Amino acid sequence: MNTKNVSGIFLIVRKSLAQHKLSTVVTVVSLALAAGLVMSVFSIRNETYDAFTGGPVGFDAVLGARGSQLQLVLNTVFHLETSPGNIPWDMYQSVKRNPNVALAVPYAVGDNYRGFRIVGTDGQLFTDLEYRKGEKFKVLPGGRFFDPLKREAVVGSFAADKTGLKAGSKFNPFHGLVFDERMRHAEEYTVVGVLEPTNTPSDRVIWIPIEEFYRMSGHVLRGTGETYEPAAGEEIPDKHKEVSAVMLKLKNPQSGFMLDQTINRQGKVATLAWPIGRVMAELFGKIGWVNNILTLVAYLVVVVAAGSILASIYNTMNERRREFAILRALGARRSTVFTAIVLESAGIAAIGTISGYLVYAAIMSVTAVIVRAETGVVLEVLRFQWVLVITPVVMILLGALAGVIPALKAYSTDVATNLAPMS
Amino acid sequence: MIDMPHFSLQRGAQLALRGESGSGKTTLLNLIAGILKADSGHVLIDGKDMCSLPESGRDRLRAGNIGYIFQTFNLLQGYTALENVMLGMMFGAGADKDFALSILGRVGLEDRIDHKPAQLSVGQQQRVALARALANRPKLVLADEPTGNLDIRNAGVAVDLIRQICGESGAALLLVSHDRNVLDKFERAENLSVINRTLNN
Repeated sequence: MNTKNVSGIFLIVRKSLAQHKLSTVVTVVSLALAAGLVMSVFSIRNETYDAFTGGPVGFDAVLGARGSQLQLVLNTVFHLETSPGNIPWDMYQSVKRNPNVALAVPYAVGDNYRGFRIVGTDGQLFTDLEYRKGEKFKVLPGGRFFDPLKREAVVGSFAADKTGLKAGSKFNPFHGLVFDERMRHAEEYTVVGVLEPTNTPSDRVIWIPIEEFYRMSGHVLRGTGETYEPAAGEEIPDKHKEVSAVMLKLKNPQSGFMLDQTINRQGKVATLAWPIGRVMAELFGKIGWVNNILTLVAYLVVVVAAGSILASIYNTMNERRREFAILRALGARRSTVFTAIVLESAGIAAIGTISGYLVYAAIMSVTAVIVRAETGVVLEVLRFQWVLVITPVVMILLGALAGVIPALKAYSTDVATNLAPMS
Repeated sequence: MIDMPHFSLQRGAQLALRGESGSGKTTLLNLIAGILKADSGHVLIDGKDMCSLPESGRDRLRAGNIGYIFQTFNLLQGYTALENVMLGMMFGAGADKDFALSILGRVGLEDRIDHKPAQLSVGQQQRVALARALANRPKLVLADEPTGNLDIRNAGVAVDLIRQICGESGAALLLVSHDRNVLDKFERAENLSVINRTLNN
């Protein structure tokens, strides 16, 4: 096909798209939605997987009550789900002294403030933990970390933003992990600092000293097996203390194997969730069928969109028979007309797919906001994904394929019959 | 069906064929243009036999050598006058906007180049069709009842213009019509029903 013909083909395609504006726009919109949906489904799947299994959490393992590792990780790392139970304080002390452990941070959960979790912990979280390589928690100017023996709180950036808490604010915690106004604790806490955003689930947490967590009215300790409620001003004996979990930073990967052997395979009172990424990957394995269904739906949407191109172009074929006959009479070959229709179909697919990037951006932005609001996990919506290249290519090829049937009809147009009238 | 004896048209020659409806005028022109393929015989265009070529070859030969003016003009409705002219060039000699503009100017449509057929009068549409037929600098112009949709006065003007421009370009002109006023303008006119042996037999 020479360049003269190519310019003619492009003129035919451009004119046809302009002449059938309405059906072109409707088809382009349906394709944009299809492309956006497909790209979003695959990107969200990849992004959530990577964010939940490989995102920064700062810890290598979680030690908690005997039970589900997944529940333990969701509760302590992502601040979702309920706690599987408590473990005694001496177990925390024991693991802290373990030579395989570099850092052990106790967590105590069970309260919230307007739906945001309150976690009792100690100062190591702020002084020793790197939640991301080389990065430690920092408070915004004008704030500080809490005093471990005072009713003070440090608030994560997202929680602060949503609750309005800031340095100097006072609040009363509510019992339980679900906000219920009737469950208000009498103790009043003072916010002494708001953390800088970390783009981790910790942004959704309100941190208080674990010692003050124990002293909250209605909190009962059962470290010895018997109930114990600390009296005001009384030092709490370690034997009564409990923790919901201990977050562990290990010295090396072998340490994980050794602890796993000791705690999970031989012990009977605690569970070690290690490595955290593997535990979360198991979650995605369990809900893999959801992804499969979403993927299937996405493929079906693409097929329907390709069908809509076919229908929109095929429906114009009868009215365009005379146009094809004129083009042929002017010297256009059958292959030229065929190519023009296939190109028109592929062109609609290309415009639709490019518009699909806008749909993709919108879906990903909304998803990222929702995921962050619900979990604190930040999706990298701008990260390159191969699906962003593969989808347009496949859709344009499908569009061209959809154009073949109407193109064959154009190809077979009889010139003399359609150049009416005869004389 | 038509059965024509041998006849030829030299470069620059102009021939009118008279024929009533159904006499095979369009069929004859379509055979010459290679739109239809003759069952037997030869149609030689510039020495090349249209009848021995495959369809793509006939398309190429037509695009490069023949300009066709249809009775109903057959302009493409979504295209401007200039685009109608240039589209024909794109399948023939190649798009040459300057020449397209000059030929549209030659038929008096320099101020109508961006108008679509629906925005033009019938006479103006006819002139666009003429410009399109001449845009590829054809060796032969076929005109099928080119004045069929025009009133007497415009028909006369149109025929004069077609003859004049074909004369200037050196293209041979074969015009078929049943209109005596049109035919009388030609020095050489034949009666198609007389020379069509099928009708005679």
